[in-house]
Amino acid sequence: MKVALLRTVFRVFVLLVLFSGPFSRAQEGHSGHTEAATGEAGHAGHEKVDAGEIVAHHTGDSHEYLVEIPFLLHKTIHLPVILWTDKGLSIFSSARFKGDNEGKVVVTDDKGNRFVRIHEVIYYADKVKPGDKVSALDFDKRPLDFSFTRNALAILIVFGLLFLVLYYTVKGYRNPKKLPKGLAGFMEPVILFIRDDVAIPNLGKDKYEKFMPYLLTVFFFILFSNLVGLIPFAPFGHNLTGNILVTFVLAVFTFILTTINGNKHYWKEIFTPEVPKALWPIMVPIEILSMFTKPFALMVRLFANILAGHTIMISLVALIFILGTVYVSPVSGFFIIFMSFIELLVAFIQAYIFTILSALFIGLAIQEHEHGEHHTEETVH
Amino acid sequence: MNLTAPESLIFWMTLFFLIFFFLLTKFAWKPILKAVKERERNIEAAVDEAERVKQEMAKLKADNEKLLQEARAQRDQILKEARELKEQMLQEARAEAEKQRAEELAKTKQVIEAERQAALKDIHNHVAKLTVEMAEKVLRDQLADKAKQEELIRKNLSELKLN
Repeated sequence: MKVALLRTVFRVFVLLVLFSGPFSRAQEGHSGHTEAATGEAGHAGHEKVDAGEIVAHHTGDSHEYLVEIPFLLHKTIHLPVILWTDKGLSIFSSARFKGDNEGKVVVTDDKGNRFVRIHEVIYYADKVKPGDKVSALDFDKRPLDFSFTRNALAILIVFGLLFLVLYYTVKGYRNPKKLPKGLAGFMEPVILFIRDDVAIPNLGKDKYEKFMPYLLTVFFFILFSNLVGLIPFAPFGHNLTGNILVTFVLAVFTFILTTINGNKHYWKEIFTPEVPKALWPIMVPIEILSMFTKPFALMVRLFANILAGHTIMISLVALIFILGTVYVSPVSGFFIIFMSFIELLVAFIQAYIFTILSALFIGLAIQEHEHGEHHTEETVH
Repeated sequence: MNLTAPESLIFWMTLFFLIFFFLLTKFAWKPILKAVKERERNIEAAVDEAERVKQEMAKLKADNEKLLQEARAQRDQILKEARELKEQMLQEARAEAEKQRAEELAKTKQVIEAERQAALKDIHNHVAKLTVEMAEKVLRDQLADKAKQEELIRKNLSELKLN
């Protein structure tokens, strides 16, 4: 019974992997870029496909959220644009850009501001002309943008899912004397693993409790994001932990926790390291730099791993369109399934690594040293 | 990679992370960790209790053994004492009996001696009497005949002459 059910689920999954990729990515490509330019629906096979563009579009952020179930549903949700302009707050639907990303459609809000959108970044229409070379870092040419984008929605979905799962997990603990029931039986070993193998060895038995909520939140957020990112259809399939801004925020939290909890010894080792004084001009800057390189490594490691996985997956799909033949699809499909299993592994490994390194960095900052003892503190991954 | 405006996602990520960090801490992590800790404490307490009970049992068993040993020793002691008492009583009884018998024997001997003496005396008297009677009868018989009296006197006289 169960086996049959699993087999069916697996078949559906394989079908979705095989078909949703080509369809959704190609159509995304249309709606985002080509369709607006050519005004033609066209068959994927006859078009020149820019794989880089597809990858960039999938892995990046956007004001549109594509809800798609192969053969059944194909719908674009236009998320709100929230801007902080010179004249105050301005909120309107991204539908008003009509899918334009080339700066051709000018949107005027109720305060009289005029905006254009170029590559998902909104600029003042007065300061940018179509075809200009602009980037999101030209802050003088654009309003501050707090739009509730696709990835912002994805964060909410992932956290919502996590909250839901944990809500049912907590329900399994009605009677603390009995063994956990239901989801709790599945979640508890993972939570205990974080506690016993990540938090306690790195933070020490006396101090670990304070950091447990943070470590658990980070671990499960990354894990859920990674796993949800592997499901190739809405409302899943986001490239959340492969977005450097998301990992940046996570790394900043670890950095803040490390810095505000650092004890006397931690700061002493940075500003007065145990080396001859003549070396201090070299050592102190290195130590100060290492404060920042640790979270920086955290940020880049997670981002690069997940982004690479998504890029490979989409590239494999794009391969069919680049070569222009349907006979490549079994090969692509096989490799996508193969990659999915690897990504499944990576999902757990990266969540684990981020968490254990966070615990390690915080642990190094709070641990009490015996005098005269020297510690090696580099862990390479 | 399209990042749109970086401040957008940083803002939402920070916001959602903080909101859900506090929500999850309050409604999930704290209760779960507390429940787990409580259960672990319960298990630990149960194990300790079991250990304690086991030790108590061992102690009880040892106590029992000791008591048994003591009882056994006491029994042996009592038995030994009883045996000694018996022996002593027997000895005493025997001695008493011996003494009594000896006394009895002595008394009996005395009585027998007395009886013997009495009997001897009796016999002596009797014999004396008989002898006298005999002598009387014989004398009377002999002296009844005149000739015989004269012979006797003559014989006795002759004997006297010899002397």
